[in-house]
Amino acid sequence: MGDHHHGPAKGITRWLFTTNHKDIGTMYLWFSFAMFILGGTFAMIIRAELFQPGMQLVEPGFFNQMTTLHGLVMVFGAIMPSFVGLANWLIPMMIGAPDMALPRMNNWSFWILPPGFLMLASTLFMEGGAPAFGWTFYAPLSTTYAAPSVTFFIFAIHVLGASSIMGSINIIATVMNMRAPGMTYMKMPLFVWTWLITAFLLVAVMPVLAGAVTMMLMDIHFGTSFFSAAGGGDPVLFQHIFWFFGHPEVYIIILPAFGVVSQIIPAFSRKPLFGYASMVYATASIAFLSFIVWAHHMYTVGMPVAGELFFMYATMLIAVPTGVKVFNWITTMWRGALSFETPMLFCIGFLVLFTIGGFTGLMLSIAPADFQYHDTYFVVAHFHYVMVAGAVFSMTAAVYYWLPKWTGRMYNETMGKVHFWISFIGFNITFFPQHFVGLAGMPRRIPDYALQFADFNMMSSIGAFIYGASQILFLYNVLATIIAGKKVTDEKVWDGAEGLEWTVPTPAPYHTFEVPPKLDPAHAHG
Amino acid sequence: MRLSADPTTDTVLKLVTVVVAMFAFVFVVMVPLYDVLCDALGINGKTSAQAYVAAPAAVDTERSVTVQFIATNNDNMPWEFRPQITSMAVHPGAANDTVFFAANPTMQRMVAQAIPSVSPARAAEYFHKTECFCFNQQPLEGRSDTLMPLQFIVDQDLPKDIKTITLSYTLFDVTDRVSERIASR
Repeated sequence: MGDHHHGPAKGITRWLFTTNHKDIGTMYLWFSFAMFILGGTFAMIIRAELFQPGMQLVEPGFFNQMTTLHGLVMVFGAIMPSFVGLANWLIPMMIGAPDMALPRMNNWSFWILPPGFLMLASTLFMEGGAPAFGWTFYAPLSTTYAAPSVTFFIFAIHVLGASSIMGSINIIATVMNMRAPGMTYMKMPLFVWTWLITAFLLVAVMPVLAGAVTMMLMDIHFGTSFFSAAGGGDPVLFQHIFWFFGHPEVYIIILPAFGVVSQIIPAFSRKPLFGYASMVYATASIAFLSFIVWAHHMYTVGMPVAGELFFMYATMLIAVPTGVKVFNWITTMWRGALSFETPMLFCIGFLVLFTIGGFTGLMLSIAPADFQYHDTYFVVAHFHYVMVAGAVFSMTAAVYYWLPKWTGRMYNETMGKVHFWISFIGFNITFFPQHFVGLAGMPRRIPDYALQFADFNMMSSIGAFIYGASQILFLYNVLATIIAGKKVTDEKVWDGAEGLEWTVPTPAPYHTFEVPPKLDPAHAHG
Repeated sequence: MRLSADPTTDTVLKLVTVVVAMFAFVFVVMVPLYDVLCDALGINGKTSAQAYVAAPAAVDTERSVTVQFIATNNDNMPWEFRPQITSMAVHPGAANDTVFFAANPTMQRMVAQAIPSVSPARAAEYFHKTECFCFNQQPLEGRSDTLMPLQFIVDQDLPKDIKTITLSYTLFDVTDRVSERIASR
């Protein structure tokens, strides 16, 4: 049994062959950060082109490739893998398990990701260019009118879908079978709960996405007509299938973020999370509702009024469990002994900005009003408030919060706070004006625009450069921490932190909980 | 139900079943269900692909509805394709006849398929075609032309606020992709 206690292997093989959940988590996090920088670079090109009206820097075709790849890389390359990385690091430590349930598959689900994204990025250098049909790849833009590189895009989607499915199966198997004795479902930390529900969403809808791209592949190469009216198919069918995947997908992105925030806010409020059970039920309700609201993305396709009304009311219903969550977070802070370290700042930023994004979402859910908002910059502003200020802010908070536990070193608090404020200000300068240009009628995904939108677009671009630059500060802070940060040895790095991951030594040893921990009732709910 | 004695294997097998089932769901449930719903509800401007059997009904001579015809060629379809008359006033309940003109200017024999769409979409279920060239594929030798018949009835129950119905045909080149699927349209 001695070799259960060995440390990590040396050299590159440690990373290639590792089955250790911490190593795999680390690789996921670094990979997703690399993708975040890549997708961010695409965003900078978009904002540089939109800095002034008129065609300035890039060809319209290339601009379309940038909007497409920016969306795909950020959604599938940056946000999703980053939360999978977090799950790998934290779920076993939070439930008192020695590792994930299927460590070898864990290695595989990470290592097929880089080739998948290499395949996607390689389309940039192909004849006809990269996919240019938007991240939603509506047919027939993505079938009849697509560049030949679309086939590589389809296989890339297959590969990263397979990775997500394997990752989710692993997470569900771990949570269901490897909890420490006494860790009942209603004692699990909320991050574990939100990931368990997210993993079920992934298992249910990633195959739907795979089905959609498979149909595209067959339409393009094998003479079927799923999305071609000429052969009795229908392009609108594509939108239904895509959004049947796509709406649960946006909750796949945001639910783990909810979990992170539910861990961090109690720690810096020095109070247990308010309304733990209602948080669990709210998460489950949001997950269920996500399956019956997809057509609110396509109000303008010509649905019957009854359909529009159904999807409108079902969508508005989501505001109820989401409101429960926001209420609980605020109530957790109420009369707490608050302190405002960087993770807490990012969580409060999340709370404020995500709520704004939620409200614009509610505006978009109103079917008759949506006819004006549809496909304008208002939609762009809305989903960046929930994706960036929601998912990315909470992910950043998570890195600052758990980094000392992972590395045994403390990050530079002043630099962290500066990072937060630059991010917060840059983000709002970027996306708040987009509400206005959107309401005034500026369509999304265009390289040029009417003169009256010039000022707000210039503001947006300046904000984007500020927000983009602040990520370099983040990278520097993390690297400086790993290399030369102040050493911390307390098991509980933060005095208000609760949960099993804070009972193991700091930095977290290579193997933890080889013997299941005895559960202290005080640690319930983490 | 346990699929395996080992709890982890059991969980994995069940989840893999879900994955396979959801993949199959897209093909065997979502696609046919979409077609069935569109046909049944007459939504999306889709009209019935089968000839309507006219029930004897009174002609509403009090009311007159304008029916407009539009003909469009898809993509690189080289045919000449147009309605003989672009607009006609009809009484709900009455049977009407018109023809579309099609000519194949190329040297080869080609097969075309017309796909109809009715606007406003709400009118689709009240627009009955008793005979339509769109029910079949239209083969045409090179350098020849033909008149394609259309016979239709506007339903008496057409909502009162609809005064104009536009029937649009898009002509597709299906020479290379003739299949049973298309024949059924």
